[in-house]
Amino acid sequence: MSIAESILNIVDEYMINENGRHLKEVAVEIGELVAVVPDSLTFCYEVLIEDTPYKDSKLDITIIPLTGTCTDCNQSFKIKNYEFICTHCQSTKLEIQGGQELRITHLEVD
Amino acid sequence: MPIVTVERKILEKNDDVAAQNRKIFHENSLFVINLLSSPGSGKTSLLEKTIKELNDSLKIGVVEGDVQTDNDAQRIAKFDVPVVQIVTNGGCHLEAKLVQNALENFELSDLDLLVIENVGNLVCPANYDLGETKKIVMVSTTEGDDKPAKYPSMFRVSDVMIINKIDLLPYVDFDVNTVQKHALLINPDLTIIELSCKTGEGFEGWIKWLQSNLE
Repeated sequence: MSIAESILNIVDEYMINENGRHLKEVAVEIGELVAVVPDSLTFCYEVLIEDTPYKDSKLDITIIPLTGTCTDCNQSFKIKNYEFICTHCQSTKLEIQGGQELRITHLEVD
Repeated sequence: MPIVTVERKILEKNDDVAAQNRKIFHENSLFVINLLSSPGSGKTSLLEKTIKELNDSLKIGVVEGDVQTDNDAQRIAKFDVPVVQIVTNGGCHLEAKLVQNALENFELSDLDLLVIENVGNLVCPANYDLGETKKIVMVSTTEGDDKPAKYPSMFRVSDVMIINKIDLLPYVDFDVNTVQKHALLINPDLTIIELSCKTGEGFEGWIKWLQSNLE
């Protein structure tokens, strides 16, 4: 619920400058490693926007897959089953490239 | 359709306050742990025993996070250590701002160690930085041994995993090797400590870890 609230607080900051335009969509990226269930977030968002100017808007959630680069062999790959081990050389020295996002990318208005 | 570019972290406000907390902790040379687990794993028992063992040599402060009641704070207050209860009234995790407000009740410069006992939950608290020095996640042998596999995010962000209630291993279907294996695949840097808060078995490993970090 507090994530949905944080989304709406940020949306407010932008919509105040949009002079009476309507919010249609909030585009959100959630990384695979982030502990957020998309359906729950959508539900919380819908509860919070009832009786607000945003009541017709939608949350557009994109899940960002977990990917990493091995710092030993420099290969990049998809991290499967949350096993942080290089699929090429079995090293555990990985840099996470994607999958930790929890952000708003943009709003669609009309 | 017009697009308004945002490109901002949803929890940026929490991250900002967590950074302020971290600065406050650093200025007071305070080691801060964020203690995380499911309900009933033994976070408060770990704290009670830790205070018993170290109260003579260290100044310890405690922040208790609970959805309802101050039962845990009452358990800790018996040991004559400063304790502040945060009741989240339904909130399933602590946020940095709640911790910052609680800090006003402590003489931080007098403390060596501050323990923040988070709300019992292995999901949401993983997303909320409180400004702590280390995150400690606890599982117990009366739970499923697939906890790391089910909640990878929590085990990825933690520094230490404590396996509690090892005295009950003969009576439960909990495979320590399975937990260790999964946890280390998720987080190869994880320190693992097995202990029993009830019998004290393995507890010296935890005390040793704390003391080496407090030096």
